[in-house]
Amino acid sequence: MRKPPMHAGASARLSGDRLMQAGALGWAGLLVGLPVAALIVKGLAGGPAAFFAAVTEPAAVDALLLSIGTGLIAACVNAVVGTALAWALVRWDVPGRRLIGALVDLPLAIPTLVAGVLIIALCGPQTATGQILAGAGLPLAFGRGGIVLALLFVTLPFVVRAVEPVLEELDPAEEEAAFTMGAGQFRTLVRVLLPPILPAVAAGAVQTFARSVAEFGSLAAVSGNIPHRTLVAPVYILGEVEAGNPAGAASVSLVLLALALALQPLAAMLARRAGARRA
Amino acid sequence: MHSARRRRPTGAARVIFVLLCGWLTLLLLVPLAALVVTVARSFSAVVAALTAAEALDALLLSVSVAVACIVLNGIFGVTGALVLIRHRFRARRLLDALVDLPLALSPVMTGLGFLLLYGRSGALRPLLDAAGVQVAFAWPSVLLATLFVTLPFTLREVALVLEEIGDSAEQAAATLGATAWQTFWRVTLPDIRGGLVVGTTLTAARALGEFGAVLVVGGSVANRTQTATTFIHAAIEERQEAAAYGMALLLAATAIGLLFLLQRDRK
Repeated sequence: MRKPPMHAGASARLSGDRLMQAGALGWAGLLVGLPVAALIVKGLAGGPAAFFAAVTEPAAVDALLLSIGTGLIAACVNAVVGTALAWALVRWDVPGRRLIGALVDLPLAIPTLVAGVLIIALCGPQTATGQILAGAGLPLAFGRGGIVLALLFVTLPFVVRAVEPVLEELDPAEEEAAFTMGAGQFRTLVRVLLPPILPAVAAGAVQTFARSVAEFGSLAAVSGNIPHRTLVAPVYILGEVEAGNPAGAASVSLVLLALALALQPLAAMLARRAGARRA
Repeated sequence: MHSARRRRPTGAARVIFVLLCGWLTLLLLVPLAALVVTVARSFSAVVAALTAAEALDALLLSVSVAVACIVLNGIFGVTGALVLIRHRFRARRLLDALVDLPLALSPVMTGLGFLLLYGRSGALRPLLDAAGVQVAFAWPSVLLATLFVTLPFTLREVALVLEEIGDSAEQAAATLGATAWQTFWRVTLPDIRGGLVVGTTLTAARALGEFGAVLVVGGSVANRTQTATTFIHAAIEERQEAAAYGMALLLAATAIGLLFLLQRDRK
């Protein structure tokens, strides 16, 4: 702990400030900056040819595409379901509203690996549900459906929590006016309701996508990790580390890092436009 | 705040509400119930698995690391938030970016970053060997990785509060002759306590649940670097279902408890 000095005095205060700044920066730099720098150096150390070879490895490309594809599905589903949930929580007088609010936050608290175990406990290959689903041609566990299901579990809160505060600020009188002036439900929805909340929905969807592409724990448990079919990018990276190829793992990591760093300002811009407080 | 004017859903809205409840039930409650039923069915095996030395060691490591993260993040979080919100200095934006960086990384990448520093042929290895310290595949790596992933929470929660309350009370205290230290203890700290509590709860939940980073850099060595989550992972791979499901239920119950605290604190 950096203690500001016990006596006031402008110069003493200034040096106390400096000490706090140096302490915070040093801590974050050593703890976060250093390992990320190591990742970047290792990923690029082999030169452009080695980097290109590592990230165009067919299994790596398939893993990246699978992560991006399932992430997009999760983002689209949550954009719709999350907005509807936020709407219900803010506008409707329904039984169990507080319980629903708590349920929406549940995935934030449940460890991601446990989320995967939950899905396995419900529809793993040994369970009755799993056998019924497999018989119906829908093997959720160890299939792509299981990946999407796990992603929907862990990303459930993002759109809801992004849209909720914006809806709370909006005056329901406007919507009601639109209704009473004879606009249909659907037209009210599209013309009056959607425009002001769209940035918040988009911010939540971007957050959902970013989280999905980085998701590891639940997918390591649920996806079965079959190369080219159910192996997502973070699990592919683990495989490369375990196979003694840290350079290749670092190169693929850099693709994910670049994607995440490109999405962060986008999400921040959308959140600012939505006028929502950051979650 | 217009939320007082809530309407009872009618017609199509009612159908949508039922669909939403069904969605939440299928996605969250049914899997949770499946886990509870699975554990209840083999209860004695679960108890035996969770009271074995490996399970207790894993729990002890997870709890110790979580407590250490709470304390260290409390100190760094308050310092960092004060610096970010109240100070204007050149490296401020760099600090801001560093604090958000853990949220952008997949846990596996975090583990790999630490491995590249402290692992077998890590960049800092000569230094560590000279000092006789082992980090990778020993408990310090578990602590470091967990500190990395939990770094933003306390700081961001405290920063939110600091931004909201403004600095007029602190200015007034300083004008009245309070030292910086007195101002912090008597004015700032009582004000940010709420943010600190929420940040601490989030840190605890994330620390107990961290998996990918501690798996990669800690190696999940039983009785040494195995945490509650990597214990579950190892149990799944060894097909010890009672151990895996039992520990998962224990973590889920802890998470629900923490969530309950969070809901109460945020009110």
